[in-house]
Amino acid sequence: MTTASIPATGGRRRQPTKLRRAVRRNITAYGFLCGALICFAFFSWYPMVREIILSFQKTNFVDPPKWVGLENFRTVINDPAFGPAWVNTALFTLLALLCGYGIPFVTAIVLNELRHARAYLRFVVYLPVMLPPAVSVLLFQWFYNPDYGLFNEILSLFHLPGLQWLNSTSTALISLVIVSTWMNMGSGTLIYLAALQTIPSELYEAAELDGAGLFKRIWHVTIPQTKLILLVMLLLQIVATMQVFIEPYLLTGGGPENATVSVVYLMYQYAFNFGNLNAGNALGLMLMIVLMVFSAIYLRVSRDNTV
Amino acid sequence: MSDITVIPGRSAGTPAAADRRERRGRRPRKAFDTQFRTAVSPHQLNTTRGRIIYWIVLVIVVVSFTAAFVFPLYWMVTGAMKSTEELNSIPPTFLPSHFSLDGYLQAWDLLGLGTLLGNTALYAGGAWLLTLAVDVSAAYALSKLRPVLGKVVLGLMLSTLMIPPMVIMLPAYLTVKDVPFFHWNLLNTPWAIWLPAAANGFNVFLLKRFFDSIPRELLEAAEIDGASPGRILWSVVIPISRPILGVVSILTVVNVWRDFVWPLLVLPDSDKMSVSIGIASLSSQMPQNVLVASLVIASLPTIIVFFLFQRHIMAGLTAGSLKG
Repeated sequence: MTTASIPATGGRRRQPTKLRRAVRRNITAYGFLCGALICFAFFSWYPMVREIILSFQKTNFVDPPKWVGLENFRTVINDPAFGPAWVNTALFTLLALLCGYGIPFVTAIVLNELRHARAYLRFVVYLPVMLPPAVSVLLFQWFYNPDYGLFNEILSLFHLPGLQWLNSTSTALISLVIVSTWMNMGSGTLIYLAALQTIPSELYEAAELDGAGLFKRIWHVTIPQTKLILLVMLLLQIVATMQVFIEPYLLTGGGPENATVSVVYLMYQYAFNFGNLNAGNALGLMLMIVLMVFSAIYLRVSRDNTV
Repeated sequence: MSDITVIPGRSAGTPAAADRRERRGRRPRKAFDTQFRTAVSPHQLNTTRGRIIYWIVLVIVVVSFTAAFVFPLYWMVTGAMKSTEELNSIPPTFLPSHFSLDGYLQAWDLLGLGTLLGNTALYAGGAWLLTLAVDVSAAYALSKLRPVLGKVVLGLMLSTLMIPPMVIMLPAYLTVKDVPFFHWNLLNTPWAIWLPAAANGFNVFLLKRFFDSIPRELLEAAEIDGASPGRILWSVVIPISRPILGVVSILTVVNVWRDFVWPLLVLPDSDKMSVSIGIASLSSQMPQNVLVASLVIASLPTIIVFFLFQRHIMAGLTAGSLKG
């Protein structure tokens, strides 16, 4: 821009220095970037590419890797645990959404109305999120114990029969959902609460003047105003819960009778228990494709509605 | 949908009615804060009926939150003080029959919690320093030095946010086991935690967005005074960026402390384990009260961090919700 106003002779003399300055700026910039570039290249970008390559190879880390086409995929698809793993993951995600999506939103709406104890309630709801997940999961393992666990003791207080929780095929998965909701709902609640506080009061006043009752106001003002964040959180939560691993790993080991085996857990087993890393990769690639669909929608949503 | 459901006593009515209600409803008592208007009408809230409903809801919420989120922690802390027989007794005891810290002391010795906590502190501290060094300089370069292809580099870094971490855990594990070109085996070394922690696209995003908001004039003034880019970063950018550095620091430390799957893969040696993995691997061999005591000890550091830095943590959380 400024070069236009400079006389032609001066401009010619200035050109090389400008170029040199640009080169120097770039060298400095890449000097600052090199640490990050190395870390990302080795631990993010390369593994992403390698995930795909390994799925189509057979490697034992002694001989050079062999291309085997779709054999790894055939191995995992023929595994009797393959179907249950996907069904459980989908079911877990669905149940976790039913609990972990609705409850935080309703909680946030109620919290937003309260004028007292706000700091306490916010602190308390976020407390489980701060615990290491292994702690929460092992804590609930104790609560679920059929003989001396807290839950059965509470049930017996009300003269109800105790449940088998993790040991029964019918309650094992829902037990995992309960832990997962307990330890994760705090972040959703606080994010919704922050979104609710940005809703302009005029909208509620206008709705009230139009004669809308409380539930009408929530339906026609609160929900449309938080639609974007609700959608974003839905997608993020689907992606996060479909990667469920620690709950089945620590609580059930995929049992009883594959009732809680998840895709990532099966992937882990292939790599570290069955000694077939490539099959694990093939399974991971399938999951990646499924999750990328949700991620792509998420990207579209957040790009179209830049906040 | 078009007809209006009138909830008795809750309908807003005309402005005049609301006005009248306000005048009638106002008691000499302190009125509720109406500064932030929410779904519930402040006028209704200030009626007697509104107040009663409000207090009932408040009590229900406080009690149920305490039962759901505080009671399990109370049960954990006191459970560690009970003997095995007391834990098995029916009905359960609400308070431990006698106050003793034996469970905690046993947990500390049996599980080697000193070593485990030391390891975890080393991993978290190193990851913190490395992440700050690497991500701050990267974000500074991308935001203020704007090199050729900077947009592409940023795009590639942000694209990693879209990749579910669990999915690339196997190839990332192989990379750590045998780093390409260098052929280092980083398993059971702190670098296996530190280096991947620094490759965090979200931190780069947060930092770059903050640096973008620093006015150019400030940096140009320093440049005219002859400061090098490194000097500008150190003496101008970093001092003004304290708030975001706080958020990134806490996110990094807490994430490393809480992480489970990655340390499970890359730190298999029992004397190199992080505290979560150490406890989980020994959990089945421990008496219940010792295990529970170890859970309390393992969660204390994150709870203390939460007490101290609540504001930063929540700021990081809401910053996270608006990413994209």
